Amino acid sequence: MRNRALHIIGWPALAAALIALPYGLSFSQQEVLVFLTINVLLVASYRLLTLTGEWSLGHVVIMGVGAYASALYTKELGIYVPISMILGACTAALVAMLLSFPLFRMKGFYFLIGSFAAGEIIRLLWKRFRDPFGGPKGIKKIDPMPDFDIGIYSFDFFEPISYYYLALVVVGICLWIMWRIERSPVGLTFHAVHWQDKLAEAAGVNVRAYRTLAFVIASGFAGLSGALLAHYIGTVNPNSFDIEMMVFVLTWAIVGGTATFYGPIIGAIVLTILNEVVLREMGFEQMRPLIYGLLLICSVLFLPKGLESVVQKVLARRNGSGAAAAGEEQA
Amino acid sequence: MVELLAQTGLNAIYAASYMSLVAVGLVLIFGVMGVINFAHGELFMLGAYTVVALYADFQLPFLFAVAVGLVFVGVVGLGMERALFRPLRDNPLGGLVASIGFLMILQALAVMGFGVRMEHVPPVTQEVIVFSEKVRLAVPRLFVIVAAVVLLTALWAFLKKTRFGWALRASAQDPEAAALQGISINQTSRIAMFIGAGLAGIAGALTAPLVSVNPYMGHSVIVSAFIVIIVGGIGSLEGAVVAAVAYAFVHTIVTTFWDGVIADIVGLSLMLVVLIVKPTGLFGTADRA
Repeated sequence: MRNRALHIIGWPALAAALIALPYGLSFSQQEVLVFLTINVLLVASYRLLTLTGEWSLGHVVIMGVGAYASALYTKELGIYVPISMILGACTAALVAMLLSFPLFRMKGFYFLIGSFAAGEIIRLLWKRFRDPFGGPKGIKKIDPMPDFDIGIYSFDFFEPISYYYLALVVVGICLWIMWRIERSPVGLTFHAVHWQDKLAEAAGVNVRAYRTLAFVIASGFAGLSGALLAHYIGTVNPNSFDIEMMVFVLTWAIVGGTATFYGPIIGAIVLTILNEVVLREMGFEQMRPLIYGLLLICSVLFLPKGLESVVQKVLARRNGSGAAAAGEEQA
Repeated sequence: MVELLAQTGLNAIYAASYMSLVAVGLVLIFGVMGVINFAHGELFMLGAYTVVALYADFQLPFLFAVAVGLVFVGVVGLGMERALFRPLRDNPLGGLVASIGFLMILQALAVMGFGVRMEHVPPVTQEVIVFSEKVRLAVPRLFVIVAAVVLLTALWAFLKKTRFGWALRASAQDPEAAALQGISINQTSRIAMFIGAGLAGIAGALTAPLVSVNPYMGHSVIVSAFIVIIVGGIGSLEGAVVAAVAYAFVHTIVTTFWDGVIADIVGLSLMLVVLIVKPTGLFGTADRA
């Protein structure tokens, strides 16, 4: 009963807080908020990929595939922006599907390095072929989201607030879908593939097909986050999807922890706040790679289960049944 | 045409020399400790910056700077072993992630110490060995080739002829059995890490006057090193050398006739093909991943 009350009050309260949030922030902080919202989708999709136990180093490049595809569809084919975003996501999923044939012949280390190689090949193709990818400078002047009016609020997508609301709705829907996927029989099979792949195989689960499925779905969401980014900043280039960005995503996921749905999201939010509030305000912006490197090492060494384990401990102390819930999450 | 091929061949031998130094170090570390050191390219960068600091800025003798590069980067490797890889020994993915973190730190330190600009290292000598009008070999490149041959031969002798070398190979084959025979895994890890890092450091130090030294130079180094160790068979030293030579020839020839980016794409595709067809590589046997 208490749980249901929490849901009825909690979700609308969270939604209201998220809607009110940008009004308390400065213009540049609003821009950061848009990036953060997009990155939440990226890191949540990365977790979906890691559910089957494979860690990819090509996820950011797949995000870039969505960004490039959506940008090219609007620029070259003149497709309406929201539709091209969805097509961009589909393209990313399709590319992931093609990559999965070679990549899922590998596991563990080999998959990690294979995905890194595949990502680098895609990135070098963008760099090498000026037509249509624009070479090292990438694609510029990507069409922005067209403005529209829903009566109570008129969206002007050059304003970060408007784009934030758009991103919030899109990301919210995507997170809900990912949550439902994880709770469905398919999602439970992902867990089985990770923790008991021999047993799952013996029980008739096509392990490779489920690995591929997780990879393709995660890549689709990553592609959508890339498309959201491309139409916001209006330019994409190969260097914005390089290994450094991948390290940031990896850091969010590892600092947050990947055992729970909310772990990587906490990681992304906490580290972005740390980055923007602490580092930028104090003028340490160029030390960001250093700090991220240190954080990555420290969390692997001292907090291997991530920030989510801290949250679980707090919750467990608050109500005794939390421990059981935490245990269930782990399994 | 013959002259062009001969010149390309010389360039490839030079590239193979420093690539095999880097790749052999990476393989040694993987073999003994079971982690992929993602920061290996940055150790190479650190070696190059040692030469920038000592030779270009403080005007010390080049060979002294190179020797310092070898020892200094080797000591950094010891630090990595103690601080990162030893606590994470049972967690190979953790070791890899930690080395990615260390890579970021080294890059940021290089940016803070030297700035993002490219460093100019004055050439050690202008001498060029002229084989014919169009086939020439700059003497600094010869240094790299000679150093690679000498160091790799020395390493081979060390591994095959000395007790430390036997211990190292034993713990690479089976750490538990080696430990049961009284071999200290910490000791062999230290030796492997010092040699592996030192080789990357000396490769970077020797090539510093020949390449553009900048904080992000490690990236292309680690990419080629990955290609080499995967093609050669992860964990096989002989494979790493053979693959370094083969990859250097392919890469140099494609660069000469098309361009560098296409050469990188070809290299990465070769690596993917090897991963698909024979994930243990051409020379690999044991699968420790």
